[in-house]
Amino acid sequence: MTYARRTSLPAVAIFLVALLTITTLLSLATGAFRISLSDLFGIIGDGPSRDTTDAVAHNVFWQVRLPRIVLAIIVGASLAVAGVIMQGIFRNPLAEPATVGVSAGAAVGAVIAIIVGLNQLPLGVQLAAFLGGTLSTALVYVLSRSDGKTEVVTLILTGIAINAFAGAVIGFAVFVADDDEIRSVTFWSLGTLGLATWKAVGVVIPLALLGIAMSAKFARVLDTLALGDRPATHLGVRVEPVRLQAIAVVGLLASSAVAATGMIAFVGLLVPHIMRIVLGPRHRHLLWTAALLGASVTLLADLAARSLLSPAELPLGVVTALIGAPFFLLLLRSTRRSQGGWA
Amino acid sequence: MTTNLTASHLVVTRGSTTLLHDVSLSVQSGELLAVLGPNGAGKSTLLGAIAGDFPLASGSVCINQRELSSLPPRELARMRAVLPQQIAISFPFTVREIVAMGRSPWLNDDDDERISAAMQRMEVASLAGRTYQTLSVGEQARVSMARVLAQDTPLLFLDEPTAVLDIGQQERFLSIARSLVDEGRGVIAVLHDLNVAMRFATKVLVLHQGRCVASGNPRTVLTDALLSDVYHQKIRVTATTDGRSVILPDHS
Repeated sequence: MTYARRTSLPAVAIFLVALLTITTLLSLATGAFRISLSDLFGIIGDGPSRDTTDAVAHNVFWQVRLPRIVLAIIVGASLAVAGVIMQGIFRNPLAEPATVGVSAGAAVGAVIAIIVGLNQLPLGVQLAAFLGGTLSTALVYVLSRSDGKTEVVTLILTGIAINAFAGAVIGFAVFVADDDEIRSVTFWSLGTLGLATWKAVGVVIPLALLGIAMSAKFARVLDTLALGDRPATHLGVRVEPVRLQAIAVVGLLASSAVAATGMIAFVGLLVPHIMRIVLGPRHRHLLWTAALLGASVTLLADLAARSLLSPAELPLGVVTALIGAPFFLLLLRSTRRSQGGWA
Repeated sequence: MTTNLTASHLVVTRGSTTLLHDVSLSVQSGELLAVLGPNGAGKSTLLGAIAGDFPLASGSVCINQRELSSLPPRELARMRAVLPQQIAISFPFTVREIVAMGRSPWLNDDDDERISAAMQRMEVASLAGRTYQTLSVGEQARVSMARVLAQDTPLLFLDEPTAVLDIGQQERFLSIARSLVDEGRGVIAVLHDLNVAMRFATKVLVLHQGRCVASGNPRTVLTDALLSDVYHQKIRVTATTDGRSVILPDHS
């Protein structure tokens, strides 16, 4: 007899909030310029504008570290929520913005913008990334569905095709780019929080909050969709319109995240899966807990990216892929076993 | 609880093939309509057509005098529940969570009383904390039926509800179906077992190659000649001494 083992929600919530608080403080204190915890609270107490005795610490905190950490939290939460929704609507734990090619599409948008010189415009690259991500979301949706059904194999193959295409475009971009552009291109294809500014944060926050707020409305529907399209219809769900809206929200979340930080793989895959194991698959709690864990995981990965080879900085996407890819393989094996293959 | 469903002159086509030719049926409170016929006769298609799963080539379905296509999905979900043959559930939901999904048209999936009652009625209360994927096929079928009961609709469409049940579970299931009918609900069930239909259905509809070949009271409709013709097998309907009828293949 296998009873579903679930951890109680309050315990999980307390753990996740504590984890996020600790990783946030740790991230704020750690870096090329160390800020002790007591100084940290002093700086926070001083507020952003006041001049203090330690102007360097003050600047590092308010202008470099805080925007980076805020961005990590938003992007991590966005990617995790996008992963939850995508897995829910495609009824598959392997779907996430990166595996199906949405993130790659956004990166391609950014890279093309860099090559044609749109990076001269304010937010030109971000806008192009957003467009690329939305476009590839639409493409994935149209290509992977036939007869009102999504075949998993088609979905994954579509992702492979889009990722391959993206790889080729990025490779070509590297080929024709000058040194400066190569740095930018690398940034988009590997992902980093190193370029975080308040301006970038200001652009992503409203989009991310909008997407996360909209995701709450899908909680009940995503549960019933697990029964399949027809049973969900019989329970009063307008399956197609809901799926389209949900895809649009995924596009919004993933594209704005990639637009701000480049491609960060596996957060959207790993985090919803962990939360599903811990709490069970009901989306009402899955969505917000995944957002919390996604934020912590991204912060931790960024911390690793900054400190492993300090003072040099690894691209964040490299760290998440190093941890995420083996996890993905494990997931493939266990899911295959429990579902008896991929039909 | 009073309800009625009338389907008139249904035609369903897929590509160039016609799956249902001009089939009509009606069911109301207190009736159990059994849809019979050999494999491929169009039974599940008929159930799908009255459930509103796909557009009709022609014909109409009315529930409580309202056109099916004019009913908003949620309102429709409060009028009829559908038990599919088998479903694959994509995430490890527990039995209780799945039964609770039946409450979603009513926007209260925390209605513990109804959820528990439905689970008890289908004898799956002891499985409440198990995940669906770990259940046997028979247990899964009962969980799905509990979900349908939790939906608490006046009309129920059941597609081969007894196919994977053992004989004891089958009998208990059928007495539940009968009590649903006694409560004033209307039930339409696709059945394979002719004896079950004979005993439990208030009326039957026999499909053959997408056409309705007979309908009415099972005792008058289910005859040697009709069944032998439809199933391509000599079949005999025998009256037993206690006044019941038994339907068996005839090898004499």
